[in-house]
Amino acid sequence: MLHSLRSNMNQDREDKVPEAFIYDHVRTPRGRGKPDGALHEVSTLGLATTVLRAIKERGDLDTHLVDDIVLGCVDPVGEAGGDIARAAALTADYGNHVPGVQINRFCASGLDAINFAAAQIMAGQHSLTVGGGVESMSRVGIGASGGAWPVDPAIAIKSYFMPQGVSADLIATKYGFSRDDVDQYAVSSQQRAAKAWSEDRFKNSIVPVRDINGITLLDRDEHMRPSTDMQSLAALKPSFTMMGEQGGFDAVAVDAHPEVEKVLHIHHAGNSSGIVDGAAAVLIGSAEAGRAMARKPRGKIRAFANIGSEPAMMLTGPVDVTKKVLARAGMTLDDIDLFEVNEAFASVVLRFAQAFDLDMTRLNVNGGAIAMGHPLGATGAMLLGTALDELERLGKATALITLCIGAGMGTATIIERV
Amino acid sequence: MNFVNFHVETDSDGIALLTWDMPGRSMNVITPEVIGEIEAVVDHVAAEASIKGCVITSGKDNFSGGADLSMLQSVAAEYQKARQEKGEEEATKLFFERARRLSQVYRMLETCGKPFAIAINGTCVGGAFELALACHYRVISDDDKARVGLPEIKVGLFPGAGGTQRIARLMQTGDALQMLFKGEQIRPKAAKAMNLVHEIAPAGEIVAKAKTWITAGGKGVAPWDEKSFKLPSGKVFSAQGMMVWPAANAIYRRETHDNYPAAKAILHSVYEGLQLPFDLALRVESRWFAKILRSPEAAAMIRTLFLSMGELNKGARRPAHVPATAIKQVGILGAGFMGAGIAYVTASAGMDVVLIDQDQAAADKGKEICNKLISGQVLKGRATGADKEALLARIKPTADYTGLAGAGLVIEAVFEDRAVKAAVTQKAREVLQPGTIFASNTSTLPITSLAQTYGEPENFIGIHFFSPVEKMLLVEVILGEKTGDRALATALDYVRAIKKTPIVVHDSRGFYANRCVGNYIREGHIMLLAGVPPAMIENVAKMAGMPVGPLALNDEVALDLALKIIEAAKRDLGPAAIDPTQENLLKTMVVEHGRYGRKNSKGFYDYPAQGTKTLWPGLDAFQSTKLDPDKIDIAELKQRFLVTQAVEAARVIEEGVVTDPREADVGSIIGFGFAPFSGGTLSYIDGMGVANFVALCEQLRQKFGDRFAPPKILIDMAKADETFYGRFAERMKRVA
Repeated sequence: MLHSLRSNMNQDREDKVPEAFIYDHVRTPRGRGKPDGALHEVSTLGLATTVLRAIKERGDLDTHLVDDIVLGCVDPVGEAGGDIARAAALTADYGNHVPGVQINRFCASGLDAINFAAAQIMAGQHSLTVGGGVESMSRVGIGASGGAWPVDPAIAIKSYFMPQGVSADLIATKYGFSRDDVDQYAVSSQQRAAKAWSEDRFKNSIVPVRDINGITLLDRDEHMRPSTDMQSLAALKPSFTMMGEQGGFDAVAVDAHPEVEKVLHIHHAGNSSGIVDGAAAVLIGSAEAGRAMARKPRGKIRAFANIGSEPAMMLTGPVDVTKKVLARAGMTLDDIDLFEVNEAFASVVLRFAQAFDLDMTRLNVNGGAIAMGHPLGATGAMLLGTALDELERLGKATALITLCIGAGMGTATIIERV
Repeated sequence: MNFVNFHVETDSDGIALLTWDMPGRSMNVITPEVIGEIEAVVDHVAAEASIKGCVITSGKDNFSGGADLSMLQSVAAEYQKARQEKGEEEATKLFFERARRLSQVYRMLETCGKPFAIAINGTCVGGAFELALACHYRVISDDDKARVGLPEIKVGLFPGAGGTQRIARLMQTGDALQMLFKGEQIRPKAAKAMNLVHEIAPAGEIVAKAKTWITAGGKGVAPWDEKSFKLPSGKVFSAQGMMVWPAANAIYRRETHDNYPAAKAILHSVYEGLQLPFDLALRVESRWFAKILRSPEAAAMIRTLFLSMGELNKGARRPAHVPATAIKQVGILGAGFMGAGIAYVTASAGMDVVLIDQDQAAADKGKEICNKLISGQVLKGRATGADKEALLARIKPTADYTGLAGAGLVIEAVFEDRAVKAAVTQKAREVLQPGTIFASNTSTLPITSLAQTYGEPENFIGIHFFSPVEKMLLVEVILGEKTGDRALATALDYVRAIKKTPIVVHDSRGFYANRCVGNYIREGHIMLLAGVPPAMIENVAKMAGMPVGPLALNDEVALDLALKIIEAAKRDLGPAAIDPTQENLLKTMVVEHGRYGRKNSKGFYDYPAQGTKTLWPGLDAFQSTKLDPDKIDIAELKQRFLVTQAVEAARVIEEGVVTDPREADVGSIIGFGFAPFSGGTLSYIDGMGVANFVALCEQLRQKFGDRFAPPKILIDMAKADETFYGRFAERMKRVA
């Protein structure tokens, strides 16, 4: 009797945990991350402002309801430094009262920003938040923020540091993916992205980036090469051979996974994520906040999780964190309708599919970062939106979004339409 | 001023000339007294207004070999004592201060305000070169023997008296790290190119040149103490730094498998030091030095690779009562690969060689091998054309045994076959003077039995070279039952003359080195058959500290030879003496697949004509079960590789085959590359504690079989809480 009472009380307490609902999602198109890319002339602040302003204007948002803005950014230095989220809150005219915080968990920052923003809601301390991310890779440059991990012997040696491409090649070698396998995957990413664009599947999310006069700079992902085929990829040379051999990183890989005789270098620009510029934002709030805005939620954050994984392979965290988040949510793989696994490198996705014996028809159905690019701090938020749009389009319920992360981590979020 | 180790004269030019000339020593070394005297000199030069500056030079043929490593060992021993008396932190503080005293004195010299120049003659390495680096100007003599360098890494230490900081400020970071990692001795020209010295001058002029620099107004300010100083590679956190550091960390692991804390301390010191003001950088370097000085790896490596090796090279095991022998001519029987190698090293040491084979053509072939070896040296700039001519002139290839008549020593290196060996021994016997020492280079046949064919068993001995002879430093000198002291002394004198390190081994199947090596290879075979991925076997062996994986090593030795040795053991000792699964594996490889190893480009590896070797995919067929690599205990695989060798070394000691732990340790490192950071097979056991080692053996025995059973000597030692170096201390003293 007493026991059942207590479990009822626990049930009550659990029921009282506020739910974090997703009210909106926007993203910029992704510009090629080079000086000739369409977004190169747009500052990091400009990109962040674009998506925050879109969130505000699309729903005629009363920004007095907004408690915080959390933005992911992986190289928060120079123009991207010094808390870009607060700067963007002001330039997007949210008002002086809206604070902002910038976070960094490398490639998953955009998804982590959403999880942090959702956690504020779930904790009952905030009612309405924005999560998202921004990265101008063409302007700030990958690795610009430095960090101890690759250079300080105290951590570099202990964590078997190697460049991510070498880790991606190690994953392929260890789990038996050939050059053909990864190229085949890359071709399919291009084809899926091309099809998604041709069917306008991203239309609910894309916010064109305009200049100060309102002239459109970019309204479509710029990195894609829809004509990619096996022949064109075969012409590309592996990118990480010299680094691996001369930089000593192949030897590091073998020390970490000694069953590997030799790291086979198979990744190149065509089967790795593209370097691009972009930003994304997601509006998250409690049920009451929805009522206050008089808006219906599009979905909710069902569960999220973070994990540290084996740092040498570095990029297998999605496998570990997926197990963790499914367990947290009390779900199985079969309960998930769609998976978005960031295409940092083809082998990352292939390993994910292999580990879970997953059908490709549920995985990255609209292509991914190989075709459209990976604006580091923003990608997680873009993937969540892509999944949500696709669930709505297909009339399905659940999606799991996950990204691999530098230094061996994984972040995953399960969303559910409501 | 009056000093014990230095003379100081100040000339009318106002320049103090400090000559380092330690009494009763052939080489200047850094001792606590020397450090104190340098400090006093610096005080004197700084205080005396009439002194403009100081030139430091040496009164010996060489400048100095650096710190007295036995001093460093005693400092570490004192620390242990202080720890018990004063507690951990207090003792460590004292130790830290003491360990950085040399660094501080050098810094005093560098910042005292007066210019210091150094005139380097001969060798100037280690702590002595760190003194040079603290001086404001460095002149080196152009003589052939002049060398500078920081070889500390070779005995598990690193340059802790400012060396890492000054080197990293003299050249690009990548070059600095490479120099500190390699520890090579550098010739004057290269030293100048690397910015290590300022000037090269004829030996007679180095002091004058150093003085000239001072009189011309040379400043007593180091470049890094100038306000305008910029790091050669820029800041650590810069685009340039990002090009250097990730690769430096990776290459450290590639070269060491993270087994050498001193090498890692170099990385730490330079990485941290380059981000700090110079004095603070020196303090951080000192912190790492104090840590490394207390590391078991440094203690083990100093003992084995410096002290013990030095003692063995000086003839620790030589019977003192036999007068020194000076061999002028050596006869070598058999001009194959081994015989030619022996001829080469013998002629290199200035001895005449009579190289005999069954016909002139075969003998000439042996000389041609020598020609190739020396030509390679000339090509690499390590020898001159004149050296080559002189060396080849000393080798006389012939089929005529009468040429042996004048030989002071004869070394037989023919095919490993009793009948063949007996025949050539007999033939030599007929022409040799009575009393000529005769040595066999056998690797498998007992010396006692071979000695019978010579007629004078007291003058018969084994001199067991390792292949390739010109590279391998170890020589096993094998005593037959009746081998006499004169034979032993002659053999040791010869080994010393050819600049190799001898260990004295009593007659036994496989002697010492090959018994350990055999176990090592067998462990690889057993792992293969148990389903460990072949690459993992090879890689983990290297991670354990071995230079070559067991399967690759077996390929080098030749698989058919390994099979022959096993079959011989089976024949001689019975089937219980061998592992039938191993025999079966080798038989299948050799007989069924015709895979003999490197020699026919087919062994455990495939050897393509171009490119690197790769593991033979056919090994798959030997693995009826395959272990999941992610579930294999890597640490345990490493232990198996080292324990199987160490336990064999303990058996070798128990049987009296090797009698001196120094020989077991030195032999294991230079003979077969046993994890040098451990200090050798027996230091490996002492290092973890005999009781722990016995427990480990028992654990491995239960899991993997009786080959890991600890011998009685270890069980006794564990009970008595002994170490090898403790148990045999008296014996080592007696023969030292």
